[in-house]
Amino acid sequence: MSLLEVQGLAVHYGGIRAVKGIDLQVEEGEVVCLIGANGAGKTTTLRALAGLLPAASGSIRYAGSEVTDLPVHARARIGISLVPEGRGVFPRLTVAENLDMGAYSRRDRAEISADLEHVYGLFPRLYERRSQTGGTLSGGEQQMLSLGRALMSRPRLLLLDEPSMGLAPLAVQKIFETIRLIAAAGMTLLLVEQNARLALESSRRGYVLEGGCIVHQDDAAALLASPRVRAAYLGA
Amino acid sequence: MDVLLQQLINGLILGSLYALVALGYTMVYGILELINFAHGEIVMVGAMVSVSVLAALTAAGVPVALALPLALAAAVVVCVVTGVLVERVAYRPLRNAPRLAPLITAIGVSIVLQNLAMIFWGRQYLSFPPVIEVQVYDVLGATVSNVQILIFVVAALTMGGLLLLVNRTRLGRAMRATAQNREVAGLMGVDVNRVIAATFIVGSALAAVAGLLIASYYGIAHYNMGFILGLKAFSAAVLGGIGNIPGALLGGLLLGVIESLGAGYIGDLTGGFLGSHYQDIFAFLILILVLTFRPSGLLGERVADRA
Ligand SMILES: Nc1ncnc2c1ncn2[C@@H]1O[C@H](COP(=O)(O)OP(=O)(O)OP(=O)(O)O)[C@@H](O)[C@H]1O
Ligand SMILES: [Mg+2]
Repeated sequence: MSLLEVQGLAVHYGGIRAVKGIDLQVEEGEVVCLIGANGAGKTTTLRALAGLLPAASGSIRYAGSEVTDLPVHARARIGISLVPEGRGVFPRLTVAENLDMGAYSRRDRAEISADLEHVYGLFPRLYERRSQTGGTLSGGEQQMLSLGRALMSRPRLLLLDEPSMGLAPLAVQKIFETIRLIAAAGMTLLLVEQNARLALESSRRGYVLEGGCIVHQDDAAALLASPRVRAAYLGA
Repeated sequence: MDVLLQQLINGLILGSLYALVALGYTMVYGILELINFAHGEIVMVGAMVSVSVLAALTAAGVPVALALPLALAAAVVVCVVTGVLVERVAYRPLRNAPRLAPLITAIGVSIVLQNLAMIFWGRQYLSFPPVIEVQVYDVLGATVSNVQILIFVVAALTMGGLLLLVNRTRLGRAMRATAQNREVAGLMGVDVNRVIAATFIVGSALAAVAGLLIASYYGIAHYNMGFILGLKAFSAAVLGGIGNIPGALLGGLLLGVIESLGAGYIGDLTGGFLGSHYQDIFAFLILILVLTFRPSGLLGERVADRA
């Protein structure tokens, strides 16, 4: 049984059908990416999985149970964590308070402070900036904070929406290094990226989304080699 | 007698009451971007309930030391229930409606509460029972009474408690996070509906305390008292920067002092044309000036920070 099983998921904005009945699975411990052009429906899909958007039809099963109708906070509490597009850092909370919010649903104080050490170890920059407010961080630092905050919830399924967006090449490298580190430690990841090459190189499998439909799915290596994918998404 | 010092003392005491009410406006605005015009009516309900209960208890021979806390508790319960009902019934269904809709609804709720109070308590003034024997002290040529001191101390303690709640507790952190980004707060596992309800509970409890203190300050309560009071406290919140908690404290105290000084000197300023009963105009002058020249208020952030 897969950790995440999506069947026939459709998501609408009023009359606009943004996601038109997609199927996808993510196994426990697997890294899967979802690539596609602007407006393909990637963000919409992740937001529906996290519970920020209602499903118009279809089902989302997570860890063996139906979560399609669970509200967003209830999904967060059972381990589904979304690092949203644009990062969603709390601008007037400090870095430390932002990270603390990541652990909002947890009660195991000792474990929380151990995880905090771990996150500061991954991102020493956040430790240096711990008493600064989130709004004063650079884009790259905000992305680190958003990722670190998600880790503080000890997620079982981590959904990442365009972690490279708007970052300088060096910052992108740093973020992806960390993502690979997290994946190597066994985290289950569903990764959405514009930067298809980077995404496929970091994943085991990939889905290609076009106009709200999944048009391709394969091992990442096969997608990287596919002439169609290369022409459309890899600029080769 | 030192008029300036006297007006300052009066202003700070009155201002602590405005601040208490302004906090309710600012907390709800911070989290929902809604101006809860019914908040002044919640204060009125607090005043009416506490005066009625206090009168009934003292008439029945209950000692003051017991009657006062009981009256306050009754006011808190009634105000909290009213506040939560208003949120649930009138505001929550409009959570995603255009902003004008909840605003108009808030004005409607305020009219409904006023009329219910009028039906229940009638049109006459209720007078605050003289439960505390007034003693007046002399401070550097000005006077201050034990009741005034008590009012100020209770208001200050209540506000201190609120600051602790907002800055030091898990609920407070959830409130601040929800105010800054409701969606992301949900992603962190915060049940946003409960946090919003909690905000109304806290704001209404503050309104209950304010209602009791205001009734004892003026010696009366009336079904109509919430309207002007609400507008003034709202002006104080705007002066400090709506949505900003320290701003509400500062705005409330400043408004109290300005009003009190203004009332003391308005006769001289206008050559006797306007008397001290015109003191209500200061709140609205301030509101107009702030909205024109500094809409973010004294402590409000730049709009860009509110993303
Ligand atoms: N709030 C909204 N209201 C109406 N339509 C929307 C809304 N959000 C997205 N859409 C539409 O839904 C479609 C999918 O959008 P989505 O944001 O999921 O794309 P995306 O694949 O994440 O794109 P990008 O790579 O640019 O982030 C687009 O056509 C978009 O215009
Ligand atoms: Mg997107």
